[in-house]
Amino acid sequence: MFEALQGRLQTIITQLTGRGVLSEADVDVVLREVRLALLEADVNFKVAKAFVDRIKAAAVGQQVTKHLAPGQQVVKLVHEELVRLLGGTARDLRFADRPPTIILLVGVHGAGKTTTAAKLAARLKRRGRQPLLVATDLRRPAAVTQLQVVGEQVGAPVFSQPGATDPIAVARASLRDAERAGHDVVLIDAAGRQHADDELMTELRAMREAVQPHNVVLVVDAMTGQDATAMAGRFQAVVGIDGLIVTKLDGDARGGAVLSVVEVTGRPVLFVGTGEKLDGLEPFHPDRMASRILGMGDVLTLIEKAEETIDAEAAAEMERKLRRAEFTLDDFREQLRSVRKMGPLDSLIGMIPGLAGRAAGLAGAVDERSLGRVEAIINSMTPDERARPDIIDGSRRRRIARGSGTSIQDVNRLLKQFEEAKKLIKRVGEFERKGKRGKFPFRLQ
Amino acid sequence: MFDRLRAGLARTREAFTARLDQVLAQPLSRAVFDELEAALIEADVGVPTASAILDRLRARRDVRDARSVRGALREIILELLGEAAPLRIDPPPAAIIMLGVNGVGKTTTIGKLAHHLSRQGKRVLLAAADTFRAAAIDQLAIWAQRVGCEIVRHAPGADPAAVVFDAIAALRARAIDVLIADTAGRLHTKVNLMEELKKINRVVAREMADRPVERLLVLDASTGQNAIAQARTFKDAVEVTGLVLAKLDGTAKGGVVIAIAHELAIPVKLIGTGETLDDLQPFDPRQFVDALLPPTP
Repeated sequence: MFEALQGRLQTIITQLTGRGVLSEADVDVVLREVRLALLEADVNFKVAKAFVDRIKAAAVGQQVTKHLAPGQQVVKLVHEELVRLLGGTARDLRFADRPPTIILLVGVHGAGKTTTAAKLAARLKRRGRQPLLVATDLRRPAAVTQLQVVGEQVGAPVFSQPGATDPIAVARASLRDAERAGHDVVLIDAAGRQHADDELMTELRAMREAVQPHNVVLVVDAMTGQDATAMAGRFQAVVGIDGLIVTKLDGDARGGAVLSVVEVTGRPVLFVGTGEKLDGLEPFHPDRMASRILGMGDVLTLIEKAEETIDAEAAAEMERKLRRAEFTLDDFREQLRSVRKMGPLDSLIGMIPGLAGRAAGLAGAVDERSLGRVEAIINSMTPDERARPDIIDGSRRRRIARGSGTSIQDVNRLLKQFEEAKKLIKRVGEFERKGKRGKFPFRLQ
Repeated sequence: MFDRLRAGLARTREAFTARLDQVLAQPLSRAVFDELEAALIEADVGVPTASAILDRLRARRDVRDARSVRGALREIILELLGEAAPLRIDPPPAAIIMLGVNGVGKTTTIGKLAHHLSRQGKRVLLAAADTFRAAAIDQLAIWAQRVGCEIVRHAPGADPAAVVFDAIAALRARAIDVLIADTAGRLHTKVNLMEELKKINRVVAREMADRPVERLLVLDASTGQNAIAQARTFKDAVEVTGLVLAKLDGTAKGGVVIAIAHELAIPVKLIGTGETLDDLQPFDPRQFVDALLPPTP
């Protein structure tokens, strides 16, 4: 999908020779690619330029270390600087000495404020706090109802005033209510607004002055493009923000907007939102985000994705079967399904460093449809056939091919691959006993 | 004699053009091209499409000075965007399915579109097929009430394809002109949710065979390059017929639709420009390019 930095740098890196210090020419040629990678990731044009210029000043004349090619060394500098920038200082919400702690969630339309409010409430509850959610979006139809529904799902009460027209009055009233009911955190969900809408931005400032929140949190959609700087700059200038929450990071956006927003506001990312389930709010990892923005692959996310979709017990059971070579076509199908549940193959491939740049080419080789065909073939077998593939003779093969809408050749190929895989599994077992690590045993046509 | 005259004139002409060439050949400074490229990238056009546009610009022989360059650039972008593509909803009854990732403005767009079509005297029916997001059905019901059109709804969590199926039955029974189906926001990377969308689409394709059907992908104007991935995946899943560019009333330019037109040939049909019912317009490529690259004063 995106041509990743690593793939593009590979050719350049081999052209550069290892010398004593990084020359300006070495640095230039690599930084050109870095800049393109940042732009592809939607880092703002000006932010990318300023960033690259800073790196250049720092890199030229540096000693080349023995272990790295000059190009790699520049990329390492870039990565480190990105991590440093994204790392920020404050890493958590600020809690008031005298409760309640007041948190105001702001952002443009559709950034994910309401979902984030519920996720944050759920997180706070897990940490033993008693949050109160406050519905002040009186403009969008059913916005209050939406907060009530998600509030109920996470077990947090929602304060609202039916028929109210002034969001600031609602927010004020909620503080009195929180004190009465003994809530130690008040989460105010503000209406979404365009940063160019002066009237609504002024209203938000008035809201801030009225409720004096301990944290104003800007909710940012990870898919935002170049406009992220204008947006964040305006919220920072008019309302003032203390931290960020990045949403929709479970998609395949590279998330360059995060860098733009951090650069413009100087505020840290507190959490990232992934998924629509209300437990999908996680601490922010600057190193992973830096790799993602640079398109350098994200093995950690891949591993987490696998953990999330593949049930641990099922995996242990699978491992036991593999060791005893009891692996059947049923198990094979199960594995296929778990892999497919993790998401589209090319986005998974994109997370593997080194493969990221070649995702487009590989997508043809391991395309989703060929996996679908394999599954269809296995589905067309009887339970007996799946357990003991050696009983599948010519006539059964014809039937399976007809049943799955494939050809006999396809069926033959699958059975052959399965046999090879079984042999491989045995060998992997032996390798592991010798202390070497095995590879995923299936080669997809 | 005439021949000589002609030859003489030709020489004059040659000399003249040569002089002119010298003046105009003040080759366009790199800075001009750099500035244009920056403007395109800052409008979210993206590096590959911005480069393609500049390559075409450099290849044009009529572009000699900074004055003509903007005009030529506008022409190139207009060519990429193609002609204005109106909604295809005639003859009635027709169906429109609204698609998109979370938070782009599908439901609001439906409210505006229903209003727009009702004002044209069409009978509109909404199908609340976003049965997933909290209060999405309520939100659509409020729009239906404001616009004064009918709505088919099931309980939250119901099968969205079943909602659409019932809505099509209602469309036949009640002599409706246009059915607009809301669908749940889904990130294009979620395989299961994309499968669900295909199912909805199959129901519509089967029940509305030979009827006009629009499958509109709603994009947020502030989205960056990921919009291309969204468009590609949704197109592969359900053959998107057009784009709606929502939230164009901010400072975002929505230039990524040029990249989508360039790479995937999906036309923009509508733009959303605000929060009120009237803030929906047919897409006008010229106006769009004007906003993207204001003509130099």
